[in-house]
Amino acid sequence: MATKFVIEGLKAEIEGKEILKGIDLEMKGGEIHAIMGPNGTGKSTLASALMGHPKYEVTAGSATLNDEDLLDMSVDERALAGLFLAMQYPSEIAGVTNSDFLRSAINARRGEGNEISLIKFIRQMEKSMKGLEMNPEFAHRYLNEGFSGGEKKRNEILQMMLLDPKIVVLDEVDSGLDIDALRIVANGVNQMRSEDRGFLIITHYQRLLNYITPDFVHVMMQGRIVKSGGPELAARLEQDGYDWIKEELGITDETVGQEQEA
Amino acid sequence: MTLQTILPVQAAQIKEWAEARGEAAWVTEHRLQALEAAPSLELPKPEKTKLDRWNLSAYGTFKAAEAVGQGTLPAAAKDLIDEGAHNLIVQLNSGVVHTVLSEELSAQGVIFTDLETATREHEDLVKKHFGSAVKPGEHQVSALHYAAWNGGVFLYVPKNVELEAPLQAVFLSDDASASFAPHILIVADTNSRVTYVDSYVSAGLAGEVLHNGVVEVIALDGAKVQYATVHQFGKEVTDISFRRALLSNDSSIEWIVGEMNDGDTATDTATVLNGSGTNSDAKIIAIGSGSQKLNYTTRAVHFGKSSESDMFTRAVMREEAQAIINGITKIEHGATKANGQQAEKVLMLSPAARGDANPILLIDEDDVMAGHAASVGKVNPEQIYYLMSRGISKPEAERLIIYGFLAPIIAEIPLELLRTRLQRVVERKLGQ
Ligand SMILES: Nc1ncnc2c1ncn2[C@@H]1O[C@H](COP(=O)(O)OP(=O)(O)OP(=O)(O)O)[C@@H](O)[C@H]1O
Ligand SMILES: [Mg+2]
Repeated sequence: MATKFVIEGLKAEIEGKEILKGIDLEMKGGEIHAIMGPNGTGKSTLASALMGHPKYEVTAGSATLNDEDLLDMSVDERALAGLFLAMQYPSEIAGVTNSDFLRSAINARRGEGNEISLIKFIRQMEKSMKGLEMNPEFAHRYLNEGFSGGEKKRNEILQMMLLDPKIVVLDEVDSGLDIDALRIVANGVNQMRSEDRGFLIITHYQRLLNYITPDFVHVMMQGRIVKSGGPELAARLEQDGYDWIKEELGITDETVGQEQEA
Repeated sequence: MTLQTILPVQAAQIKEWAEARGEAAWVTEHRLQALEAAPSLELPKPEKTKLDRWNLSAYGTFKAAEAVGQGTLPAAAKDLIDEGAHNLIVQLNSGVVHTVLSEELSAQGVIFTDLETATREHEDLVKKHFGSAVKPGEHQVSALHYAAWNGGVFLYVPKNVELEAPLQAVFLSDDASASFAPHILIVADTNSRVTYVDSYVSAGLAGEVLHNGVVEVIALDGAKVQYATVHQFGKEVTDISFRRALLSNDSSIEWIVGEMNDGDTATDTATVLNGSGTNSDAKIIAIGSGSQKLNYTTRAVHFGKSSESDMFTRAVMREEAQAIINGITKIEHGATKANGQQAEKVLMLSPAARGDANPILLIDEDDVMAGHAASVGKVNPEQIYYLMSRGISKPEAERLIIYGFLAPIIAEIPLELLRTRLQRVVERKLGQ
């Protein structure tokens, strides 16, 4: 079945404060959507709410992946249903090696009795690491512990490659990357493009989109998607910033919670 | 005080047991002296734990043990023995039932036998060191230990002998009416090197048992001793263990301790760094569950110049377990350039569990380094979320994080077999 990911009227709050004010978005397999927007406008919140972060409470709306209700699932069930989130700030977990973690994650998908053989796992992991130009020693390091910002991002992409998700949300996977790393990470993403995989790329910069051309670009402000367009929208934002959109829409402060009461 | 203390061990019993075993007169005399002192001695006082309400009276009675071959050992003991163990002692309840020492080691002058035999066959050596690290008169529990000890291990490694392969011992209590109080005495002579590994276990107990155990390690100049121990007694056993190493110049001890009992436990793992250039390294992992009352104390006492100590304890507390974790670094006046470091970390898995990490630095010398770190925390929900976002179930995510918490110490364990065995016990203790 062709992948179909639908978000409708999604509202979410954190500690009683409403951050997402009703998000509508539809994505199909093979499509790449970019979400841009100034700081503090709810982009990471959208990603976290979709993944099921315990701090975010969804108060209205729905999100379905191939007609399955994601919001009804626990975090691990969402992952098994095919959702993957490369996080803006991945956790560090001391004592758990990267390779043990990756193997657990792969086996969670495969289910009991169908675990991946060690040899096969190592082969897959090493191949993907090589593609991302990661030092093999990162397999034996503790998960994200002491990784540099860029190393953490590469590690997120490594996980994406090994877990073969249907919908990939990348939250600022380009921030903190040097130019070479940006190209490597973008190559990793491009390799994973396929007809039944959709990407939702949250980014501040056109430079990532130079490597990964989006089909759709959405702009978020005040917890809403306020404008959508094609790749040319990203280019215009790169050139002119956000002021023209704010003007167009009569927004003075774009961050969440600053909008005038209607 | 005129309060009459009724002791759980009687002189008449001791004499009777001694006779039954054909014990040397000096040994029996030593026991009786310790017993005589007992009533006027107080219970030990580990920091922040009161032992008065603990059940410390289940000494049982001495039961003669019959030697058996390795094949006929109880399964609970056999499970803990490495296949092809060439140097092995097994104690069952009140006495050692199985001893193997390879010809190779005995040709090098290594002595590895039960302590009762050693008091007869190596009287001078035993007399010189027995009771020199943990003294009978320290408190009532040590006095009663020296009155009632049985079985045990005596390991002597001669000068310059360096042993690669670990020597092993297993202590099994499976008869609640039998007394169980092994004493381990290790003497590592000048520039020798040895690794000793033991396991404490119980099986099928029909009543309460007290394990009142003492470990003494005497490292002479330049000796290197590695001591690894795993305690995995069932809930019927109250475990009071005093482990202590005395270090002469340039010698070292490495303690690796797995505290995996199901019953109340108070242990004290200490090194006295008498000599200069000495080194003590203690790594303890502990898991508490059920309604266990626990006190784990590690101590380093520095007398020697340029002596160094490290103490690391990692403890996981489940259910209603209550643990006090003390780290005591004492640097005496004159121990210049000493360096004492310690860290206690506790991971709490349930709101009803208690864990109290208690670092204590007592420093009477200016020219030293000392440091401590202590933390008590819960499993971080962000970490659980991160792992679950990769499809890992919640229990599995918790398991990974708990293992990760213990891993830095488990990874340091030098013997693969002990590592895997400990891993198994950890799994059991975590209820997986
Ligand atoms: N724990 C919290 N308590 C209160 N407010 C919060 C909390 N977490 C996030 N917010 C607020 O929610 C709003 C949206 O945050 P979010 O992280 O989604 O922004 P973003 O668009 O991803 O920004 P950036 O581009 O800087 O990453 C911000 O105003 C932020 O301060
Ligand atoms: Mg963000």
